[in-house]
Amino acid sequence: MAMFSQNPLLNGPNYSFNDGPISNAPEGARQHRFDPYTDNGGSTLAIAGADFTVMAGDTRLTSGYSINSRHHPKLFKIGGTTSDQKDANIVLSVVGFAADGEALKERLDAICKMYRYRHGKPMSVKACAQRLSTILYQKRFFPYYAYAILGGLDEEGKGAVYSYDPVGSYEREQCRAGGAAASLIMPFLDNQVNFKNQYIPNSGEGHALQERERRPLTRDEVEMLVKDAFDGAVERHIEVGDGLQMMVITKDGIEEVLLPLKKD
Amino acid sequence: MPGFDFSNYNRNAALHARGVPLPKATSTGTTIVGCIYDGGVVIAADTRATSGPIVADKNCEKLHYIAPNIWCAGAGTAADTEFTTALISSQLELHALSTGRKPRVVTCMTMLKQHLFRYQGYIGAYLVVAGVDPTGTHLFTVHAHGSTDKLPYVTMGSGSLAAMSVFETQWKPSLTQEEAVKLCADAIEAGIWNDLGSGSNVDVAIITADKTTLKRNYIRPNERTQKLKSYAFEKGTTAVLNEKIIRKEDISKLVSVHELTDESGDKMEVDV
Repeated sequence: MAMFSQNPLLNGPNYSFNDGPISNAPEGARQHRFDPYTDNGGSTLAIAGADFTVMAGDTRLTSGYSINSRHHPKLFKIGGTTSDQKDANIVLSVVGFAADGEALKERLDAICKMYRYRHGKPMSVKACAQRLSTILYQKRFFPYYAYAILGGLDEEGKGAVYSYDPVGSYEREQCRAGGAAASLIMPFLDNQVNFKNQYIPNSGEGHALQERERRPLTRDEVEMLVKDAFDGAVERHIEVGDGLQMMVITKDGIEEVLLPLKKD
Repeated sequence: MPGFDFSNYNRNAALHARGVPLPKATSTGTTIVGCIYDGGVVIAADTRATSGPIVADKNCEKLHYIAPNIWCAGAGTAADTEFTTALISSQLELHALSTGRKPRVVTCMTMLKQHLFRYQGYIGAYLVVAGVDPTGTHLFTVHAHGSTDKLPYVTMGSGSLAAMSVFETQWKPSLTQEEAVKLCADAIEAGIWNDLGSGSNVDVAIITADKTTLKRNYIRPNERTQKLKSYAFEKGTTAVLNEKIIRKEDISKLVSVHELTDESGDKMEVDV
């Protein structure tokens, strides 16, 4: 409702829930602003399995309290030979500013295609991950406002997930949630994928309890976790909803599924 | 009214000047509407309460009681709509008792606007006031700064544009009760689907000369989807570092304890 209050901006300290912190700019100084970024909301998620990787993202595109689109993909196949990306084996997911996400996807895809043309073989996920980091850092002082996650299979055929910050810091991980509902989904993943905070009942007293042992999850289990994670996020985050786009990367290629989510 | 407590004013002003942000209030994001028909008035609201981008309450009540024949739909800061309507409701009850007459909607609206104007918009209550009194059927909107409108159909809140689009295309001068309820419910639904600040269910109140009917959760188009997996943990999964048992009888001495029944509708929906 804050956006609908027609409060005149008052000077000096006052408190309404509608007011932000007071600016420290000197009296009479004119500030020139350039706001090239928008937060388009939404959330993404990636989980690496033993011989597969599942990537997912909702398809809602927002600005403020408005829905700009109910079907705007956040997942992109990268580095196929053609524009339909039939033979691609890497997936990039992006959240944050949709236009920057799109631009980043185009850059990375073009680079992967050039690599394939020059070397006569597709880029490995590891190489692609390093290259994406370079692309992001090149714009260190005018960043792509995008939280990227790269997914595929590594040289041994194991699931690989690489997650990034907007300026290129990256890490290979077992799982990662990104975007608006990341803070809602990530603790769920820690608990359900890596079994954090779970102990074996009656295995000891207090701090001596034995932690529940990790085991690789099956593809079905991972897909269920992804769907449940998004159903949960939709319930409690206003920017998440409409549709769920999911891609599963295996040695046989990439399978894509679209599922409905709540639309309120 | 005794008034607000300003004893933390100087401390908070100092903190605020150093850039400490204020605590975030629960906002009712909100789509609220009202529409007059032949024989009464209908008001309706969605049931989502937000705190920033987070849904604070999925099924809150935004239709407030003022008097048996006057009800109010509230948007804005949740606490302000709640307390302002309760305050005016109380004053109006005393006024009715001392005059021995039924309270009038204009009286209610005037008291609300005078109270809100005194606080210069800092009480963030945006209200739709509706009722039937001996002078007829009335529908008003009251803004936080104290301005009011008297119209045959009104919308307020972040979903007001979505809701108004329904009224502007479907409204006609003469409506039956069923038509008015349908029109208001459709307007709220437009807000639920197209405004991120609004969501969940539709509440409706129908006020006529002889009675008020509150239809809580008149439409529930957003039922919670079933989880695919059970997330029930085996007993003993959580580490217990130390234990202290406080019995219900003991805690009851310090706070009031209520058991919620399934029928009350206040119980939160959870996965088993």
